[in-house]
Amino acid sequence: MKKKNQMSHTNRYILLGLSIFCVLMMVLSSFSDKVGGPFKTVANVTVIPLQQGMNQIGGWMGDMKDNFSTMKQLKSENKKLREQVDALTTENNYLQEERYEFERLQELYKLDQNYAEYEKTAAHVIGKDAGNWFGTFTIDKGSKDGIEVNMNVLAGSGLVGIVTDVGPTWAKVRSIIDDSSNISAMAISTSDTCIVSGDMALMGTGQIAFSQMENNDNVVAVGDQIVTSYISDKYLQGILIGSVSEVNVDSNNLTRSGYITPAVDFKNIQEVLVITTTKAELTGENKTE
Amino acid sequence: MKRMKVKRIFITALVILVAYVLQCTVFPVLDIAGIKPNLLLIVTASFGFMRGSKSGMLVGFLSGLLIDIQFGKMIGFYALIYLVVGFLNGLFEQMFYDEDIKLPLFLIAVSDFLYGITIYFFTFLLNSDFRFTYYLNRIIVPEMIYTIVITLGVYPLLLFINHKLEAEEKRSASKFV
Repeated sequence: MKKKNQMSHTNRYILLGLSIFCVLMMVLSSFSDKVGGPFKTVANVTVIPLQQGMNQIGGWMGDMKDNFSTMKQLKSENKKLREQVDALTTENNYLQEERYEFERLQELYKLDQNYAEYEKTAAHVIGKDAGNWFGTFTIDKGSKDGIEVNMNVLAGSGLVGIVTDVGPTWAKVRSIIDDSSNISAMAISTSDTCIVSGDMALMGTGQIAFSQMENNDNVVAVGDQIVTSYISDKYLQGILIGSVSEVNVDSNNLTRSGYITPAVDFKNIQEVLVITTTKAELTGENKTE
Repeated sequence: MKRMKVKRIFITALVILVAYVLQCTVFPVLDIAGIKPNLLLIVTASFGFMRGSKSGMLVGFLSGLLIDIQFGKMIGFYALIYLVVGFLNGLFEQMFYDEDIKLPLFLIAVSDFLYGITIYFFTFLLNSDFRFTYYLNRIIVPEMIYTIVITLGVYPLLLFINHKLEAEEKRSASKFV
């Protein structure tokens, strides 16, 4: 009996000790980023190599699966694609025409700040959030590859998120569908600014919400593209977020809000592009928060 | 004796690592309606009631810390939650029998439920997000059910590992007597 009591006493001390440690770390790490340093190194030698390995195995298995897709599927796909080629050729001619017009207009407006010009580096997604509550993931490039906090992350043509934390060979990315994500954005057609915020409730439907768009005479219709705005101090201007899927006038009659279908398929992100220029660098600001 | 202890620590660490890596690489692919099971919680709770509070706490602390480092907003938050989960499950060590799978299932279900509520409380409610029933139906309960289903497969494996280790410990202990 005595021995058992002793055991439960030591247990209580361990519980108390570790709890105090946790609380202390929480307080410290919310004040300073340096606290995480040693832990990041620990992760670097333990889980990151394993995750990278698993990722490679997963990619290899995905390739294998693709190889097994049958001839029949390929044939029907081929037929469909041929039809698509015809349709696209017609469309292409039309677009070529439009392009000349666009180039002319671009010259007029000197709108050459396309994000194709930003320098980018590719990275693999190696781990997704362990829980169900947030939309963060890790990539396999870190400070050794020149990744810094606040760098924008793209996949395909659209915005995925922003780097929030960097380890030596990995970085944490908060996606724009994460509940705590808020971005200043604008409609490409009218330049009206709005706030695009991720929402846990919408994550399942694959949409994100926008709000606070001025209710003026400019018509923002379904299908209009939303890009990052010039106001944001973290996101570079003009990166495509998605297209409007629903727009409503708020009950106060002053603002509009609605939903956006993101340009990126957040379910299947495997490779991302990190823009290695931050907005702070671009604007020459060196803000220390 | 000492060698056994080192072996146990090594294997436990290995189990945590494997569980963690599976949790963030394989499980996101296996998700149903955006919900994935919580493997680390199963491991933490299992070590709690199989080995007692001390093991549960250490396993929970390490698992939580791994999550904190890679995905947490601050270090220590998940570590604390998993620590408490390990400790509470350890209190049921006396009631635990190997053959009985009802108690482990029940404990893991309750642990996961409380885990969900805690996360909601500290990261959403305190952020003035009051849609509790939504999160309950969308995340907490589905995650609990999925976790229980996974438990049916994972728990026998953990039990087997524990059995093997305990048998070996007994053998090496009897050598010295």
